[in-house]
Formats: sequence, structure tokens, C-alpha cells
Amino acid sequence: MSVPDDLRYSKEHEWVRVNGDVATVGITHFAQEQLGDVVFVELPDQGASVRQFSSLGVVESVKAASDVYAPVSGEIVERNAQVVEKPELVNQEPYGNGWLVKVRLTDTAEVGTLLSPADYRAHIGETAPSGA
Amino acid sequence: MNRNPYSPHTEADRREMLAAIGVSSVDDLLGAIPADARRPALGLPAGMSEAEVQSHLASLAARDRPAGAGPFFLGGPVQRRYIPAAVPALAYRGEFLTAYTPYQPEISQGTLQSVFEYQSLMSELLAMDVVNSSMYEGASAVAEAALMAVRLTGRKRVVVATEVYYQYRETLRTYARGPELEIVEVATRDLAPSAAGAACLIVQHPDALGTLVDVRPVADAAHAAGALCVQVTEPHACALLEPPGKLGADIVVGEGQPLGIPMSFGGPYLGIIACRDALVRQLPGRIVGETRDANGTRGFVNTLQTREQHIRREKATSNICTNEAIAAIVASVYLALMGPRGLRAAAGLGVERAHRLAERLSALEGCRIGDEGPFFDRFLLATPLDERTLHDALELDGIEAGGVAGADGYPGRSGLVVQCTEMTTEAEMDALVRGVTRIVTGSGEKAAAG
Amino acid sequence: MRLPASGATTAAPVLEPLLFELEREGRAGRHVRGGENADALIPAGFRRGEPLRLPQVTESQVVRHYMHLSEVNYSVDTGMYPLGSCTMKYNPKVNDRVAALPGLADLHPRQDDASVQGALALLWELERMLVKITGMDAATLQPAAGAHAEFTAMLVFKAYHAWRGEGATRRRMIVPDSAHGTNPASAAMCGFEVTTVKSDARGNIDLDALTAALGPDVVGLMLTNPNTLGLFEERVRAVCDAVHAAGGLVYGDGANMNALLGLTRPGDLGLDCIHINVHKTFSTPHGGGGPGAGPLCVKERLRPFLPGPGVVREADGTFRRSSDDRPRSIGRVRSFFGSFGVLVRAYAYMRTLGEEGMVETSEDAILAANYLAARLKGRYALAYDRPCMHEFVLSAAAQKKKGAAALDIAKALIDEGFHPSSVYFPLIVPEAMMIEPTETEPKETLDAFADALLRIADRVESDPAPLHDAPLTAPLRRLDEVTAARHPVLRWKPPSRP
Repeated sequence: MSVPDDLRYSKEHEWVRVNGDVATVGITHFAQEQLGDVVFVELPDQGASVRQFSSLGVVESVKAASDVYAPVSGEIVERNAQVVEKPELVNQEPYGNGWLVKVRLTDTAEVGTLLSPADYRAHIGETAPSGA
Repeated sequence: MNRNPYSPHTEADRREMLAAIGVSSVDDLLGAIPADARRPALGLPAGMSEAEVQSHLASLAARDRPAGAGPFFLGGPVQRRYIPAAVPALAYRGEFLTAYTPYQPEISQGTLQSVFEYQSLMSELLAMDVVNSSMYEGASAVAEAALMAVRLTGRKRVVVATEVYYQYRETLRTYARGPELEIVEVATRDLAPSAAGAACLIVQHPDALGTLVDVRPVADAAHAAGALCVQVTEPHACALLEPPGKLGADIVVGEGQPLGIPMSFGGPYLGIIACRDALVRQLPGRIVGETRDANGTRGFVNTLQTREQHIRREKATSNICTNEAIAAIVASVYLALMGPRGLRAAAGLGVERAHRLAERLSALEGCRIGDEGPFFDRFLLATPLDERTLHDALELDGIEAGGVAGADGYPGRSGLVVQCTEMTTEAEMDALVRGVTRIVTGSGEKAAAG
Repeated sequence: MRLPASGATTAAPVLEPLLFELEREGRAGRHVRGGENADALIPAGFRRGEPLRLPQVTESQVVRHYMHLSEVNYSVDTGMYPLGSCTMKYNPKVNDRVAALPGLADLHPRQDDASVQGALALLWELERMLVKITGMDAATLQPAAGAHAEFTAMLVFKAYHAWRGEGATRRRMIVPDSAHGTNPASAAMCGFEVTTVKSDARGNIDLDALTAALGPDVVGLMLTNPNTLGLFEERVRAVCDAVHAAGGLVYGDGANMNALLGLTRPGDLGLDCIHINVHKTFSTPHGGGGPGAGPLCVKERLRPFLPGPGVVREADGTFRRSSDDRPRSIGRVRSFFGSFGVLVRAYAYMRTLGEEGMVETSEDAILAANYLAARLKGRYALAYDRPCMHEFVLSAAAQKKKGAAALDIAKALIDEGFHPSSVYFPLIVPEAMMIEPTETEPKETLDAFADALLRIADRVESDPAPLHDAPLTAPLRRLDEVTAARHPVLRWKPPSRP
């Protein structure tokens, strides 16, 4: 199970990579695996503002639609146009080209409230359905 | 002897099944039902044989006067049209008729491909990008189109023309009670100036009274105000008229009954809904898409299902589940049989007859046709008589003369809405002209009219 | 496998070409002719600019096309169809024939009452029968399907609370976690917030969770009984009482009414209304997705809010359409009276069965489901081990651990010659397989179906991997639904118009 050490995580399976005051957001390897083949990604417009833990967009497989929640508050400075065109990137490179949006942080302290890699590993250990 | 003639079980079967379950009677399985509410007497009649049912239904049917028993000019969204013999012979085959929703595509390609073909044929007719697999009927399709526009624009004001079918406007008002939308009704000519703040403008062309409507300025005004243009249309008209996709409509809705479906006193019918590609994620209902199977063979599946209630539940685009799939198959068989020439012929005959009839009626003393310019295959007949008086007098003559515009809720209009189709005969038209002449002018038809 | 006719434009192998791929310029039938002068009567600016590109094919091509397609469609007429919650019973042919009688099929919905007395009599009788079967007081036949009836009822509830001055406060609908997806979707269309309550260990609504969810802001409860687990709600009266005590109303989702005919009446159990899926309970054909009809039966206090018109019988025995008994009507929910052709079929079926036949229908449906459950529960986990009503839910969770999920078992059933059960519903049972045999399958067919599922269980034990390739004997192998959704192709397009 891939949980990179240089990222922070939300309980709802989003990851955050912070660079200065901009955070790149995506969904985790665990999340894409649970979801299955991603067929559609819906993202907010550039310039939209999001609040931490409010709905950021939707990721869909053939048989499920999952809300993606903003792990941090801020303004959307970039949305990944490539992932909208090729939703399979979420499956193939969840931490790379499958990123979803970049957010200019309004409160960098929020990042500290997110899970560490170790905590996230423990979190998905708890919530992973047995035998799945 | 079984009390349900379709029950296959012998008493021996039932005993064996009870023994396998480990109970002595079905009542042992009903323990969860409150004892005092178990096995109530319903007071229903006793069962019948098939011959008795056939005879009973035939006796009920004999008390009705089917369309065509006399001169017939009722129409609007529901039209008396010719149904080719091959339509029921094919579409109502048990393999199509007694299938459920195609949840297992490997063994449901008959339904799935037929519905995909319906989507393709209807897209072509309407010149729209996407058509769904069907809605219940025209009125609820209009309401769903309005809800779709509300979701897409985030606005709650829906502006609808008073020349849209009154049943559609009434249904829209009912639906609007749910999400508490503001429904504004204005004359068609006032749609464009009412676009500000609207989720959509709903225009009908040809309208409920048969008038041809210039949709383009309505669509332009809607788009300039950030609203959508919803066009109500009818399939035969699209064979001859510039189709909605060329007029700027974003969502198109209509009643598909005239495409080979019996009038059947109100249903079941076929709700048509279509939209531009960019709006498909908000389109309600099932959609069939093309794909391939594991061997690379082309096949069809229900697709974009995350819009639907079985996945999104309270966040779905609509609650619709059961649709009108067999009616979509009927429509596709009909369109295939008629082809471009047949469909244009059926539509054209209605237009020709309506114009001929209108000309004869307008030649009568005091009679006037419409008041809003060119019409398609129905028109408003105004006479010096009160509309209801004329209607009832014609009814006594055995003539089904059409709707009464004022009473039906077309503001500022009064008269009969007279519909013609390829089924309208010269004899029927003669009968109407004679009837109106006698009732309105109290004399014979003027020599000039004919 | 049928290859496209020569000249067809598609490259992939196909089961059957599309109509567009069969056409030749100039082919046409002659079902209607004339009308050539119409264009001259239409002002130029209104005329269709580009040609109408419908396929040009002969009638015999159309006949063969649809005959071929019918051959690759599974149906009740061709085999057992044990889809849970769908009640795929036999659809009697006489019902189709009487619905096509010209005196019923060729009626325009706007004809005057005097010319449709037979149709109105039929609807009046049907309404009376439905009211008696459900233990309610009044009905509307207008809704086109179950979900449409749910929406209608939600609007009725909303109007009822508003009339009592509580419209602004009552905004929350309670829906059990085992409910059909249409329930929360219908409530949401009415602007209601949805609160989900969980089921307890016996598959009932958790009464404590329900009580906790109730309050002065509650519109009511949407109750499916028997529920989608096929289980009768053991404390149905306590559930209804609790909702009523909080000022709410109880909506009955009648999808599973086939279990209750003459065995109990929802109106006697405390429900305020219930819809009937006549395309399930009363044998009308489902048409590959529709049409249905969803009459809504209500208690007296909700009658004034129903959509109109209904049918009333005058003292002289004549019938007329009237909305007099529904002064606070929500308005119509569709054009005209409803799915009349479907209602005619249901009426013919109900008159065929009569009261005794209806009771036997539900008894046999319950018997068949319990029999199948008894034969299968040793090899598949029964989600809730108590007597079921007309359907039951197995869990293939154990099979999934061994390497074959519910989906694989479903596809293997296709190779055994059966339509699969419903799978992955209800959502609260992992790897759910929801089986509803109905009363019209003979015991030997029930046994063959059980034998097939047991053989599949054996295959899961010994060598589950090949199940992933099932079906192998169907017209098509598994379809690529991922590509279909990622790159939607929703209509045929001419090659020149990509």
C-alpha cells in the first residue's frame, strides 16, 4: 500500500503536498483502489474558494460517485485539466499526474491538523474492509 | 385445482416445499404479521376464466366510442396517427415486452441496441447531441427539463410560455412545489424580455395552438441572460421544420406518442428529452452507450449511471427508475419503417389537410383562423359562438371537434383547436365544415368555400 | 456471431448491424404517401434546412433486424427471471389482447366522458379494488411508475403539513438504510433533507435509531414492508405509532406488495398511504425498463391533496372525471389519466385472479422464496435467518474471500441458462444476492435454479478463477463499462460527421 512519506493526509483519503503557500491535492492510492476504475472527475473552477472538509469535487467509477473533500481551505489556483480529460490518471498516478487541484492556503496551520503518513497508514488499516 | 390459474404448483409440490422449509403450512411463515391484521376479507369479486375476462373487457370497450368512429379532430400532444402493421408485430414480441431493465447486458442486447438506435434516430430527428432512453411522457419531461436547468444555473425562476400545452404547464407547477421554484407564465412574445434571472425559458414550437414560433430570438435572449432555452416540440413537425438543435435549444422535450404508440386514453406514452453534449451529466434517466465485450465485439450498456438514483440516491439528477423503454423501441421501429420519406409524408399530409380545412372554414361567415401567423398541422378556429357551445353542438353531431382553447387555459384565446394528421379524411373535413356551417351560420356552406 | 452485411460501415465485429448500417439510398416502404405540397405551406425560414437522415431500409430488413435483436434478449417469456424486488412473474397474454381492443386502445384522453364510459367504469372498478387490497380509502391512478408515485406522495405530504401550518418546519424525511434508491431521491426532489436510519440485527428498522431521528421537523418515514431483505417489519405498528406520535406520516413503498395480497393490508398496519407497482404485483409486462404504473392509495385525511381528476360514479350509474373530492389537490403529475394501457392489463389480471386467486398468489410467492432459501442457505450465507416473505437475500461474502464475488456468481448463472438475481442490493448486505422467484415458476424450475447455484458454489470451492470469465455462452462476453463511461458514445453518427 503506497503512502508516501512526504505528504499529509485527511481521514477522507485526500493527500496534500505543500509548496510555499500552495498545496497540491489528490486522492490516495488506497482511495483509488477502493473506488475502482475512475471514469469521471469533476473539479471546481479556478478562482473558487474552498473551506477545509467541505466538498471539493466528485470522483466517479462506473458504479459509485464519491465526494472529494478539501483537506485545506483556500483559493483554487489551478485545476488539473489533464485528469478531467483522462480520469484514468487518478488510478495510474494518484500522487503524480493524477493530482486534482492546487489551492493557495488561507491558513497554513490547517496542514498541521492533517494526518501524518504513519497516522494515515493506521487509519486505513482500521477502515480497510477485511478480505477486500 | 389452483385458485390462481397461473400457479404451477400441485398440492404435492406444495407439501414437498413446506417439508423442505420445515413448516406445516404457509401460515407458519407469517408470524411477523400482527395476528389481528392477518388474512382480512378483501371483498373482491371471484375469479374469472380467460374467456370470461375477454368478454367482460370487450363489453366495457363496447361502451366507448373509439377515435375514427366519427369525424375526429382532437390532437395536441396525443395524435391519431397511422401505425404500420410491423410496429406491434415486432416491438411487442415477448422477448422485448417481458424483459426487465437491462441490468445484465450480456443477455439484454436486444433491448439495449434497440434503445441505442432510438437515441440515434431521435438525435437525428431533433438535431441534438444526446437523447436519453425515455421519460414517462411529455409533461413530466418538461418538468424534468426545468429541474435540469435549475441545477445547471443555480437559479430557481422558470419562465414558460402560455402557448405551451396547458397539461405541461400544470404538471410543471406541480413539480415546482417540490424544490419551491418560481414559475412565471408569459405570452411567447414576452419570453425574451423575461430572461433576466431565469434558469430557463420554455418555448413550444409549433405551439399548443399550432402556430409556428421563431425560437432563435428566445434562445438568444436566454443565452445572453445566462439562462437555458428549453424547446417543446413534436416529432412529426421536426421532419419538416428546422429542428430544435438548429434553433439554439439547449434542452428539447416532447411527447413521442405519435410515433406508433396507441392513444390508449392517456398512456403509456414516451417522454422525449434531449440536450447538448455539455449538459449530459445533468440529464435525468437512463442512457445507453456503445462499447465492446471481452472478445472485442460491439455491444451496448447502460452508461453514465452515477447520475441515477440507484447510485447517487438523494443526490441523483432525478428519482426516475422505471421509464418507457418499450415505447422507445416502438418509436425506433416506427421511424425505421417510415424512413425519411414516410415520416415527411405523414407530417406533410397533416399540414396540407389542416391548411385546406382552415381555408374552407375561414370562408364561412364569422369564422376566423388563428391570429398569430403561420401554423403547422393544427389551428385555432374562432367563431361568433362561445367555444363550449360550438364544441358541444358538434359533439351532438358526432364530431370530436378538438380542444376548447379558452377553458383549457390559453389566456386571451377562445375557440376550437383543430388537429389534422394523415388519418384525417376528406369526409371528416366535409362533416366539420357542414357542422360549423349549420351551427354558426344556420345555413349551408358558401359556394366559394370548397 | 453475425458479421455486418457487406457495405456496413463498422469495423468491429457486431451481433447485429445498426439500422443505419443496413441502409441504401432509395430504399423505402410505402406505409404512408403524399404530403409533397406541405413545404410550400411552410414559410421558408421555418423549413428544415438539412435532409432528414433516417435510415432507408425495406420492411423486410426492419423485420429481420428486430427479430435478430429479439433473439439476443432474455425475458420472462424465455426463462426464469429471479430479480429481487422486481417481481418478474409470468405476464398473461390475454391482458395484452384486451388492452389492444379498439374501444380501449384508440381512445383519445380528451374525449368527452360520454364517449368513454367503459374506460371510466374500468378505472373506477380498479380504484375500488386497489383501495380494498391496501386497506386505504382513496387512490390516484395518475403516477406513471413507483418512483413517480413516491414523488407524488412526497408532494401530498408537503401539502398536508403546509395546510396544517407546519410546512416551514417539517423538512426532514426518514429513510431506512435498506430502502430503494428512489426513496431518498424522491424525497430530495421535494426539497426534503434525508435522514437514514439503520436496520437492526433481525433486519427490522432499528426502533431506537428511529426514535432518536424523530422530531418536530420530520415529514415522515418511507417504509418498504416487507423490506428489501424480504423481511416483514416485525414491529410495524410500533414504527408507525412512533412516526405518528411525532406528527409525521408513514409512506408505504409498495414494491413488495406481491407478498401481502389478502394476507394483510398496509392500511391495517398503520401506514398512511402506499403505492402499487402494477408492473410487478399485477403482472403487466415491464418492456425492458417500462412502462409501469404506480397508483397511489391513501387514507381519508390525505384524499383532499391527491392529483386530480379521479372517476366518480353518479346515482344513475354513469361515470365522470372529477376533482370535487380533492379540493386541496397538489395538481396533476403528468398529462391525462395515467398509464391507462398498463392499468387495463392489471385490471384484467385482477379480475382473472379474484380474491381467492390473489391470496394464493402471495402464499405461493412466499412458499417459493422460503423453499429456495432452505435449499441454498447451507452453501450461501442467508443475510438474516428468519422466515422471509416473497424474496430473500444471500451474501456471497464467503465466496468472495475464496475468489468469486457476487458479480461472478451472477455471470455464471447466465451460463447455467438463468437470468441472475439482483446483486449488490440492498446496500447493507455485503456481496448481496437478492432472489425473488415469484409464484409462477414451477417447482422443477426452482430446483433447477437451486441446483445451478449449488454447482456454482462447488466451482467456487474447487476452482473459482474461470468464473471471472463468465458468461461464455451468452450472446456477448462481459462488456467494457469503464470505456463506455470514460468515452461515452451515445448515438450513431455518420462516418463523415465524427
